[in-house]
Amino acid sequence: MINRLVIENLKHRKLRTTLSALSIGFQVTMILAVAGLSRGMLQDSMNRAKGVGADIWIKPPGASAISLSGASMPQSVLKYFRQVPHVRLATGTAVQPIGGISTITGIDYDEFVAMSGPFRFLEGGPFQSDDDVIIDQYYAEQQKLRTGDRVRILNHEWRVCGVVEPGKLARLFVRLRRLQELTGSEGKLNQAFLKLDDPRRTQEVVQYLKSQPELAGYSIYSIEEFLSLFSMNNVPGLKAFIYVIIGLSLIIGFLVVGLTMYTTVLERTREIGILKALGAGPMDIVGILVRETVMLAIAGWVAGILLSVGAHWLINTHVRANLQSEIAPDWWPIALAVSLAASLLGALYPGLRAARQDAIEALSYE
Amino acid sequence: MEPIIIVRDLRKIYHVGEVDVHALRGVSLEVPKGEFVSIVGPSGSGKSTLFHIIGGLTSITSGQVVVDGQDLSQLTDSERTRLRRKKVGFVFQRYNLLPTLTALGNIEIARYFGGNTGPLDPEFREIIRLLGIEHRLHHKPRALSGGEQQRVAIARALVNRPAILLADEPTGNLDSENSEAVLGLLRDLNHGFGQTILMITHNPEAAAYADRILHMRDGRVVRES
Ligand SMILES: Nc1ncnc2c1ncn2[C@@H]1O[C@H](COP(=O)(O)OP(=O)(O)O)[C@@H](O)[C@H]1O
Ligand SMILES: [Mg+2]
Repeated sequence: MINRLVIENLKHRKLRTTLSALSIGFQVTMILAVAGLSRGMLQDSMNRAKGVGADIWIKPPGASAISLSGASMPQSVLKYFRQVPHVRLATGTAVQPIGGISTITGIDYDEFVAMSGPFRFLEGGPFQSDDDVIIDQYYAEQQKLRTGDRVRILNHEWRVCGVVEPGKLARLFVRLRRLQELTGSEGKLNQAFLKLDDPRRTQEVVQYLKSQPELAGYSIYSIEEFLSLFSMNNVPGLKAFIYVIIGLSLIIGFLVVGLTMYTTVLERTREIGILKALGAGPMDIVGILVRETVMLAIAGWVAGILLSVGAHWLINTHVRANLQSEIAPDWWPIALAVSLAASLLGALYPGLRAARQDAIEALSYE
Repeated sequence: MEPIIIVRDLRKIYHVGEVDVHALRGVSLEVPKGEFVSIVGPSGSGKSTLFHIIGGLTSITSGQVVVDGQDLSQLTDSERTRLRRKKVGFVFQRYNLLPTLTALGNIEIARYFGGNTGPLDPEFREIIRLLGIEHRLHHKPRALSGGEQQRVAIARALVNRPAILLADEPTGNLDSENSEAVLGLLRDLNHGFGQTILMITHNPEAAAYADRILHMRDGRVVRES
């Protein structure tokens, strides 16, 4: 019976109900989008890291594990790696930021392909000249580029020689030597990759490399170890950012629901008086408002999930070279908890006010 | 038999800012079970205040009020809420139906607060028939005429079969035809079901429907007829 009253009350003020639910929905979307984006981007980075096909990743001294840095190692170190027992292949890349979060990667084409397997070209083919760039499908779609198009990157004009399937380390590939020349870092690499004759020996080789005094300061990871670094905890500031978003959602939700419930209570002074005359106690009145609030929060939550699915679709169709998003159902309960908490906090003061309100004043002054 | 309402030297002072409003200045009365009593008097004479006290909506300043054997001055707020649920039904001048619920919804929510569930009992169905609102039960208040709304409000007040029906100017907003119908219904409820009724009114003709008329002035019962 109370539920019927609550639903009728919400239906009675359709516009306000819709707007409050939507604003809760936007906060839910905000949380889910941030979670989905972090997860999607980490997953994409992981897939691309796996796509290299290496058993061991090596970063120079001073480099951070998964974010870009200027630290480098001499190219000659590859020769050293090649004579380490069980190392079958060794190659290295140079990475240069090109604005925003995009990067361009210099590779030795033959070495890279030998390690990761051939590129799967959707159009075009391998480098023909030093000024060729291979781009992946996402980048091609987002920048509307095709084979033969010219692009300016790093103040240099490149020709797109091929478009490949995504998932191999980078989105833009150029010849290593060319990139080193352009950035004045001849003979330097930002990371190196090793492939072993037997992947089961990975731990053994990692231990061996770590024990070499020449490699002091180098970060040496097995691929499993390296992939395990792709978690929210390891991205600097990400956790804090998510907390800030959750905090903002709580505050906005609190204000929106607080205001909605406050006007509801003011406007329903008479109705609350009637309920009291019918025998409703203060807790009954609070109960009714709490139920209305919970329904608003749940409606907002559902709207937020739908909106976040929409945002996910938009991101993955329009900007998937830069941003990748995943649906994050395990965050749905968290978002629900946040919207419920915000709403109930917001309803607290109006609810208490309604419970204490004098029934007679509402009823007797016509 | 003990009267269903006993009021002895009842006083009520409202504190409005710095000012004390003496709404009731020593009211005494007794109402036996099954009686229909009218209360008349000028505006501000304390009639509604008396109802709100008997109905447990507000507290007593001094004096004694016993409703169906329960001494109200001894009750806590939550006990007064319980009294309101079980023993009294209110009818107001402005009907005071919940606008978002249908007529039946209004009746059912009162029933819910009264702690009654399950199907409506046959006697109450009889009351609904008597009130002539069976075919209007699924309409919202704004689709009902004033007379219909007041009859729904009476049904709502009676759904928990309260010991006392308190009607505060129930015909104040109605034209004479609807007033007569509502007053006739109150009298039928009183005669047919032995319902104890207290009714406030301005109108001497309306007051005449009752068994007894109490005249109030300045917070006191000044005359009985
Ligand atoms: N809730 C209240 N707060 C303060 N004063 C009130 C309140 N209710 C009634 N009064 C005052 O008490 C007096 C009696 O009012 P009321 O019982 O409504 O009289 P009546 O119903 O006979 O018109 C009036 O002076 C009125 O202003
Ligand atoms: Mg009055």
